[in-house]
Amino acid sequence: MPKERRGIEVSLAVAEAVGQADCDVIAAYPITPQTHIVEHLAEMVADGHLDAEFVPVESEHSAMSVCCGAAAVGARTFTSTSSQGLALMAEIFFIASAMRLPVVMALANRSLSAPLSIWNDHTDTMMVRDGGWIHVFVENGQEAYDHVFWAFRVAEDPAVRLPVAINIDGFILTHMIEPIEFEDDELIKRYIPEYKLENALHPEKPVSMGCFGMPEIYTETQMAREKALVGSYVTCLKAWEEWAALTGRRYHPVETYRAEDAEYCIVTMGSLGETAMVAVDELREQGEKVGAIKIRLWRPFPFEDLYRAAEGKAALIVLDRAISFGGPGGPVALEVRSAMYRRPQAPAVVNYVAGLASRDVRVEDFKAIILGGKAKAAAGDTAGFTLYGVRE
Amino acid sequence: MDKFSVYSARLVEKGEYFAPGHRACQGCAEALAVRLVMKALGRDTIVAMATGCMEIVSSPLPTTAWEVPWIHVAFENASAVITGCESGMKAMMRKGKLLPKKINFVAMGGDGATADIGMGQLSGALERGHDFIYVCYDNEAYMNTGIQRSSATPWGASTTTSPAGKLSKGQRTQKKDLPKIAIAHNIPYVATACPSFPFDLMEKVKKAAAIEGPAYLHILSVCPTGWRIPSEEAIRYGRLAVNTCVFPLYEYEYGKYRLTYRPDPVLPVREYIEGQGRFRHLTPEDIEAIQERTTAEYEKLVKLSEEG
Repeated sequence: MPKERRGIEVSLAVAEAVGQADCDVIAAYPITPQTHIVEHLAEMVADGHLDAEFVPVESEHSAMSVCCGAAAVGARTFTSTSSQGLALMAEIFFIASAMRLPVVMALANRSLSAPLSIWNDHTDTMMVRDGGWIHVFVENGQEAYDHVFWAFRVAEDPAVRLPVAINIDGFILTHMIEPIEFEDDELIKRYIPEYKLENALHPEKPVSMGCFGMPEIYTETQMAREKALVGSYVTCLKAWEEWAALTGRRYHPVETYRAEDAEYCIVTMGSLGETAMVAVDELREQGEKVGAIKIRLWRPFPFEDLYRAAEGKAALIVLDRAISFGGPGGPVALEVRSAMYRRPQAPAVVNYVAGLASRDVRVEDFKAIILGGKAKAAAGDTAGFTLYGVRE
Repeated sequence: MDKFSVYSARLVEKGEYFAPGHRACQGCAEALAVRLVMKALGRDTIVAMATGCMEIVSSPLPTTAWEVPWIHVAFENASAVITGCESGMKAMMRKGKLLPKKINFVAMGGDGATADIGMGQLSGALERGHDFIYVCYDNEAYMNTGIQRSSATPWGASTTTSPAGKLSKGQRTQKKDLPKIAIAHNIPYVATACPSFPFDLMEKVKKAAAIEGPAYLHILSVCPTGWRIPSEEAIRYGRLAVNTCVFPLYEYEYGKYRLTYRPDPVLPVREYIEGQGRFRHLTPEDIEAIQERTTAEYEKLVKLSEEG
C-alpha cells in the first residue's frame, strides 16, 4: 500500500531526515542555497523536536572542523554547505576522509565565483572530487530524503568509516516543493541503529588521532584510504538493497532509462536526469534509438555498472555541469572516457558542458545535445568538449 | 589541597600524561609547559592540538607521547575541533548514549596558530561559550617551520622573515596582546603563565579547568633554538622574562585583574635581552625603548590589578 506523501520543500525534507536520524551535532554556517536545511534544523532544535547540539560556527572551515571533533568522539554529525563554503572548508574536507571520520554533508551544488553566482551547477563538488569522500548525486526530493539515511548508514559502517556528501542541485532541487513519502521513526531506527564508534576519543581508552606521518609511512596510509573508498562500494549497494527491502524504493550506482536497445545514450548526474528522460521519450517517438544513463554514485566510481550500461552503444554523450579548465573535457566525461579506454567495442564519448549557474537546460536543449552528439560521434569529432549555448 | 593556593612539589600529580620519548629539542620549555599543563589537568582530558612544533614532536606515526585522548586535524582549527568534541559528548551524555563524566576539553596551539591563522576560530569558540580551555604556547615565532615571525613576535626580534639587516631592526611591530583579545570576549578566565614558575602555572590550569565556560591560558614557552640561547638557559630566560616584566604573570577572573607574581626587585630589561641571539643587533637606545614600553605596560597592569 503506498504511503501518504507530504508536499514539502526538499531542503526541509532533508532537515527532517537529519532529525529522524537522531543526529547529535549539527555545525552550521549560512550560505545560499543550503540555508533552508540548517535553518530548519535550528528550528527543530529550538522547538525540542531534535535533541542535538546546534553549533552556529563562524565559518565553513570551522563547520567541518567541528564535525571532525564531534565525529571523533563518536557523535552522529551533520553539516551542509555550497560553493565558496565548500572551497573554504576544502582543507578539512580532505582531512575528514583521511582521518576516517563519518561526517554526513548535504552539498547544495552551486557554481563558484567569479563572477559571483548563487546558482546551480557542479563546479563546487568537482573541486573536491579527489577528497576521498563517498559522493552520491540525487535527482529529486524523495531521493534527497532517502539518501540522508543511506549516507549515515554507509558512513558509519565499521567497514567503511568515511564521510559522505549528498550532492543536491541548489535551488533546482533544494528549493522545490515536492511530494515526499516520509518513513516512520521506527523504520529509520532499524535502518540506522545507534552509532558506536570504536576508538572514539574518550579518557577511558586514550587514542591519538591525526598524527604526523614520515615519508616511510605516508604512502601506506594513502593506500589504506584508497582501499577503504573502493571497498565502500559493497556497503553502498547493500545499504540500497536494505532500503529497498524496507521502503520499496530501489537505487543503483548507475541507472538507465530506455537504454537497453539504444545506440546513443545521454549521460547525466543529478536533477537534470529527469529532463533528459523526457527528451529521450520525445526522440524515441521520432524513431531515434536513444536512452539515458544516470550516474548516481560518483565516488567510488562504479566502473562495472557503467560498462554494463554502456555495452553495445555507438556513443555516450556526456553532459557536464562544470569545466576542467585547460583540460580535455568536463570532469564526468573524463571519467567516462578513461573508463571506456581500451574496452572492447568501446562507445565513442562526446562531451557537452551545459547548465552552468542554473542556465536552463530544457527538453529541446537535451534533444539538440543528443542529436548533435550523435552527429559528432558519426564524424569522429570526439575530442575536447562543446560549451553548449554559449553566446559568441 | 586544591583550596589552597600553595603548592608543594610532593603534592603534584605523579602521573605523566605527556610521556617521555617525544622529539622536542633539548631544553624546550614548551614541552615542559605541556607536561605541567597535563599534570594539572589529569587523565580525564581530551586534547585537540594545532599543527606546530608540539604536534610534530609528540605524534610521529606509529608512536605518540599522549597518554590522554588527543586529536590533531589542521593548523588553524584546534578551537573548532575541541568545540566539536565538547558538543558531541555533551549531546551524547544528555541523550544517554554516553555515561556522564566531567571531562576537560583543551585546545592547544602555538603563537602562530593562535595569534595569526587560528584567530577567527579561537574567537568563534570563545564567543560561543563552549566549556573548554585554550592554551597558547607562545615561543614568539613559527619555530616549527624555521623561526619565521608571527604577530606575537616582539619588536626588534630577528627571525627568518623579519631579519635584522642594514635597513631593518628585525620585527617591526609590537607583540600582539593575545590575553587582552581573549579578555575582550568577556570570558570567565584568562591567565598568563610560564613554566619557569611551575606552581603558578599549574594553579592557573586547575582554575581554568574548574571554571565553567571558556578559559584562555597564555604560556610563554622559551625556545632555545629560535631565541638563539644555550639549551640549559631556557628556565633562566623564562624567569628573566617575568622578573623584567616583559612577560608579567597575571590572571583575569570574572572581570577582575590580579597580578599573581610581583617581581621584587624588577630587573632591567637589558638582562633579559642580553645573550639572546635574536636581539643581538639591538643598540642600547633600542633596548631603552623596549624598557620604556615594558615599564609603561606593566604599570597599566598594576593599576588594573589594584582596581580589582
